[in-house]
Amino acid sequence: MKPARLLPRAAAGLALLAFVAGGIAAAGAQTLRVGLAEDPDVLDPTLARTFVGRVVFAAMCDKLFDIDEKLTIVPQLATAYEWSADSKALTLKLRPGVTFHDGEKLDAAAVKYSLERHKTMPGSNRRGELAPVTSVDVVDPLTVRLNLSAPFSPLLAQLADRAGMIVSPKAAQADGDKFGAKPVCAGPFKFVERVAQDRIVLERFPDYWDKQSIHFDRVVYLPIVDSTVRLANLRSGQLDFIERLAASDVPQLKSDTRFRIAKITEIGYQGITINVGKSDLAQKNPLGKDARVREAFELSLDRDGIVQVAYDGEADVGNQWVAPSNSYYAKNVPVPKRDVARAKALLQEAGVPNPSFTLMTPTTSDAQKIAQVVQAMAKDAGFDIKLQSTEFATSLDLADKGQFDAYVLAWSGRADPDGNIFSFDGCKQPLNYAGYCKPEVDEILNKSRSTRDPAERRKLFDQLAAQVLKDRPIVYVAHRHWLWAHTAKLSGLRPVPDGLVRVQGLKFN
Amino acid sequence: MLTFIVRRVAIIVPTLLFVSILIFCLQQLLPGDPAIVLAGEDRDPSVVAYLRDRLHLDEPLPLRYLYWMKGVVRGDLGESLRMQKPVLDLILEKLPVTLELAFFAILVAVAIGIPAGIVSAVKRGTAWDYGANVVALWGLSTPNFWLGIMLILLFSVTLGWLPASGFVSPREDWRANLATLVMPAFVLGNAIAAVLMRHTRSAMLQVLSSDYVRTARAKGLPEGRVVLQHALRNALIPVITLGALELGTLLSGAVLTEQVFSIPGFGKLIVDAVFNRDYAVVQGVVLFTATAYIVLNLIADILYVVVNPRLRVA
Repeated sequence: MKPARLLPRAAAGLALLAFVAGGIAAAGAQTLRVGLAEDPDVLDPTLARTFVGRVVFAAMCDKLFDIDEKLTIVPQLATAYEWSADSKALTLKLRPGVTFHDGEKLDAAAVKYSLERHKTMPGSNRRGELAPVTSVDVVDPLTVRLNLSAPFSPLLAQLADRAGMIVSPKAAQADGDKFGAKPVCAGPFKFVERVAQDRIVLERFPDYWDKQSIHFDRVVYLPIVDSTVRLANLRSGQLDFIERLAASDVPQLKSDTRFRIAKITEIGYQGITINVGKSDLAQKNPLGKDARVREAFELSLDRDGIVQVAYDGEADVGNQWVAPSNSYYAKNVPVPKRDVARAKALLQEAGVPNPSFTLMTPTTSDAQKIAQVVQAMAKDAGFDIKLQSTEFATSLDLADKGQFDAYVLAWSGRADPDGNIFSFDGCKQPLNYAGYCKPEVDEILNKSRSTRDPAERRKLFDQLAAQVLKDRPIVYVAHRHWLWAHTAKLSGLRPVPDGLVRVQGLKFN
Repeated sequence: MLTFIVRRVAIIVPTLLFVSILIFCLQQLLPGDPAIVLAGEDRDPSVVAYLRDRLHLDEPLPLRYLYWMKGVVRGDLGESLRMQKPVLDLILEKLPVTLELAFFAILVAVAIGIPAGIVSAVKRGTAWDYGANVVALWGLSTPNFWLGIMLILLFSVTLGWLPASGFVSPREDWRANLATLVMPAFVLGNAIAAVLMRHTRSAMLQVLSSDYVRTARAKGLPEGRVVLQHALRNALIPVITLGALELGTLLSGAVLTEQVFSIPGFGKLIVDAVFNRDYAVVQGVVLFTATAYIVLNLIADILYVVVNPRLRVA
């Protein structure tokens, strides 16, 4: 083809491209477009399991309580609460005049229905969270009483998460286990549509009880797994907000005035779980058998170095189930400094100067980087660590069967410290992959659940730290920063440590 | 002809039965307990027990297969436990997306690959030939995810012409629909174009040296007619076969490209399902694509016979 004939065709092609591109600029001005790092699972508060699902629920389903930036429990659908003298009944006053997205009234009967649904629905993920609740009484149309089998101080924190989400009884009864396909709650935005792995569209609920704090007409959540592509969407203007910015992209984005970065230290942790009693393997390995070897292992680690290499500095070092900035952090057990000489001495004392073990790690890049740095650091003290990179689902299965020596495992965290430790360190608890079991630890754990006074609980967590952190079923390493990036015109963002995006107060300048 | 078709259709049933057994067994080889994965982070023992029961995990393998097949023959592919949605609904939701992307990718591949193949065969040994070969080599050796990200950085971030990712249904806004598909279709088509180009080139070279082409030239036909009407028609037969095979592959989902461009097609569906051990979805999607592949092959075979009478004897 001659150049003279080629040119008009190329021009026509470009014109078509420009025409097509024009079609994408038509999005509404008052739509908030949020890029999620994963596709949420079913959008039913009773059945839901994923973290990203909670991000979406934050705009759609109000809860009895919420938590604020300092992890304090604040009112949402419940305006006040009162514990009985024996701490075995919690009475909640409900906010008057609240309606569900389908126009039904949110009253004590609806709260009773939702809590009972959480407790009894087959496959409910909330049953364990509400286990101590034996019954729910409707006292009057705006008052409910939760009766407990035993005092349970983390209950308020549970009610500030999915267990406290109230769904429309009419819709839930009609849709049964398909409720998640078209959820009806009482949050600021109502469900419009969902295309799996593509988008979730919510629309402003005009009768929301706190409507003056809502400034968007629509919120669209788009799951975009690749962090580079998520960021590209933000930079090209197709998204207004992205969660989980890659730490390595922070410096580049910081220099761009069109965008802002927000960061919050997570309530969860990154750690290395050690098989101390989950299976026979624990006794076959010096790491699982001897607490001195575990101490030497921890002393060989330079947490600052790990944070730099694995997270580009975007994490806080830590040695406990909560971050040092948390009010429940046990100050009696500070983050230990790296001490290779002491680690070597401990290994000599234990009679194994060169202990060898396998460190299993999921295939995520964070976990792999941690494993590699840990391998190199521990080598200085004499450890010979073999890395075993395993696909996540498989690694969980191996961990559950006790087929591991040590395992790089993260926990997304709960607002109450109980959610970060009870199930991990209590005898035979479901997340106790370490196989750790000590009656005295169980006793403190149970006591911390029945004590409501924060100062008293703090003392109990100090005792717990003194024991558990000496036994080291888990070597805690760091607490990541939740990195959010958004357009500079977005304001009103509240950095709450649970990493969920509160839409109340969010607006474009 | 009729006997041929009947015989071919009769083979489909045992083939599909074998495929279904294979899919089911391979899936069971996946390590990891699906109930533990599906139970989410908290892994509440009561939830794990409930899921084991729903998945019939405590029952023998042949029985589980029969449970599945019982549903399949009634058109029920089961339910996604992660999404609480019937698998067939998920498939029907993704099918148009995958079909559209595959169509555009093949379009791109044909538009680039076949003309490039013709040119490089006709102008054999010249700069045109070498140029086309370099382009083909580039297309074959460029990883899809890398090319995808580079295109996004250029056309979305720097120039701002195209959306970086996502999918808009053509019923909603056909211009936005095309805009979302330009880059992924190019990425997929680019790799296939290279294969088509190489095959077109070699087929053309063979045909161009044959007797009837020499006769055509000797008759004084213009070179353009010789190449396009006489040579290309015969050279295209193997290329069409190849194109059909590539289309079949595209229908089973372009995993990496769909992931990079966040296109909600089969590829993304199946990858998410495998990682979340959502067995019903994996089985359903694989069975569906296998069926589609077999049916497409059957149609291709029948078309061959229609087109090429020489095959009818067999």
